[in-house]
Amino acid sequence: MQTEIQSKTNTSAAKTNVSLLQRIAKIFLYLTLIIVAIVQVLPLIWLFLFSLKNNQEVFNSPPLSIPTDPKWDNYIRAWTEGNIGQYFFNSVFITASAVILTVLLASLVTFAITRMNWKLNKLVLGLFMVGLMIPVHSTLIPLFNFFININLMDHPLAIILTYTAFNLPITIMILLGFYYTLPRELEEAAIMDGCSIHRLFFRIVLPMTAPVVATTAIINMIYNWNEFVFVNTFISSDKYKTLTVGIQNFIGQYQTDWGAIGATLMISILPILIAFVILSNRIVEGITSGSVKG
Amino acid sequence: MNKVMSDKKVIALYVLPAFLLLMILVYVPIVLTGYYGLMKWDGIGRMEFIGLDNYIRLLSDGMFWRSAYHSLLLAIFSVISLVGYLIISLVLSGKIKGADLFRKIYLIPMLLSSVAIAQLWMRIYHPTNGVMNRFLMSLGIDEPPLWLADTNIVLYAIFIPIIWQYAGFYILIYYAALRNVPNELVEAARIDGATPWQIGYKIKLPLIAGVIKVTIVLAIVGSLKYFDLIWVMTGGGPNGASEVIASYMYKQAFSQYNFGYGSAIGFSLLLLCLGVTWLIRKLTVNKDDQIQY
Repeated sequence: MQTEIQSKTNTSAAKTNVSLLQRIAKIFLYLTLIIVAIVQVLPLIWLFLFSLKNNQEVFNSPPLSIPTDPKWDNYIRAWTEGNIGQYFFNSVFITASAVILTVLLASLVTFAITRMNWKLNKLVLGLFMVGLMIPVHSTLIPLFNFFININLMDHPLAIILTYTAFNLPITIMILLGFYYTLPRELEEAAIMDGCSIHRLFFRIVLPMTAPVVATTAIINMIYNWNEFVFVNTFISSDKYKTLTVGIQNFIGQYQTDWGAIGATLMISILPILIAFVILSNRIVEGITSGSVKG
Repeated sequence: MNKVMSDKKVIALYVLPAFLLLMILVYVPIVLTGYYGLMKWDGIGRMEFIGLDNYIRLLSDGMFWRSAYHSLLLAIFSVISLVGYLIISLVLSGKIKGADLFRKIYLIPMLLSSVAIAQLWMRIYHPTNGVMNRFLMSLGIDEPPLWLADTNIVLYAIFIPIIWQYAGFYILIYYAALRNVPNELVEAARIDGATPWQIGYKIKLPLIAGVIKVTIVLAIVGSLKYFDLIWVMTGGGPNGASEVIASYMYKQAFSQYNFGYGSAIGFSLLLLCLGVTWLIRKLTVNKDDQIQY
């Protein structure tokens, strides 16, 4: 477009100059973008490579060399000796429970706020939205005390409930936009036909929101899977620890075994990387709509 | 229809479970933090009311101010790095092939746990076997820095993985906002002879000012409460050289059992975060601003 317009006013010599300059600029831009991309993934590639090496290879061969004899054994050792299998299961269980609870409760609230008629809906929504701004650390000590008093300290339920409470605001925020666009005629028709409100919600509305429910579920999954402070504070037994805290223990014990540490870290990030490869569009959508409500 | 949709019992049934969770686990605790801040309390025994003593002590606690200064530095760095993200997003929103793929690649670190990132970067910074120092030594630098053990560098060494972690997040937000800039405007400017630079600076940027404002709030508040990665990498050390507000609070409460004092720090952190949010909104108020956060 630009070159077309310029070609009308400029001589042909000047035109070739401009387009050459533009081409160089373009190459420079691509180069910058590619370098940034390399910086973003290189540490992870290095991690993967050293997870397949023994210490000898890590220390003596070039950092990005491909291991000649990949030590998959590192993964087996981490999984069995390091108790990583147990932590992995705990992460799956706690993440899944909290995601289901959060998405269900958030959907119910969003439905009530956007579709039903009551006076305090704006206030309640406002309270949920302000929740986004509250730093976790300002709640830690009272929560610690609270869970001791109700005997939930060192119990997975404490973690599941905390994750749910803290993720409700962002989940509702993502759901809101979608609920506002749902056509009202459908509900009206359903109610006219004598459909109860519960049936309307569970059989009609909830299935219609499936795409955005998937988005919130994957965002919640990432947050919960990666959470550290709550588990570190409220869980002390090994049998309930999740991966983020568990790998801390493991690495504490095996500080010098780089291969095993690499394998542990790979195991802990692999579910997220796989989810990202399959669901990257949903993740991108969720992060965008969860951070800025435009 | 109206009768069904305003059934109080159903509304209560749908709203209360989530609302009670939010109240009990988020709002009651922040009020209690302020209250516990008025107590001398080891977390196990009885609380002893000491009025504003903890808050007064906080004002003259050099370590608290030092950690607050580190948090502030992180906030400043994060805001400055936003400029870089904005430039990359402006480039991406131009006619770039594979823009979608680029922004997805940039996002990857943001999806990983801070613990994994911290552990990985601890290896990168490892004095003898880390990639960083092996690279420097291969360039002929015999005594490369001890990144995480040197009190003069440790803070900046930690900022790098934090910036690495969040780059994709902000690029994603800016890119999404820039994509919403009406194409007609950009085309019209181009026909009028505006250079790509002018289009970016004079047309696109003002149109996404609201989003930029949101990211500034996110970057500052996110920095003030930052914890995980620093806690794992250095625990605030060596000698408090990388202590931040949240790590100082955590240490006071859960390592030294000063739960009253820790609460006072936690409450100050809350006031700081809400105050900064309010201040930025106030300073940049705009009547036709549709964006909420």
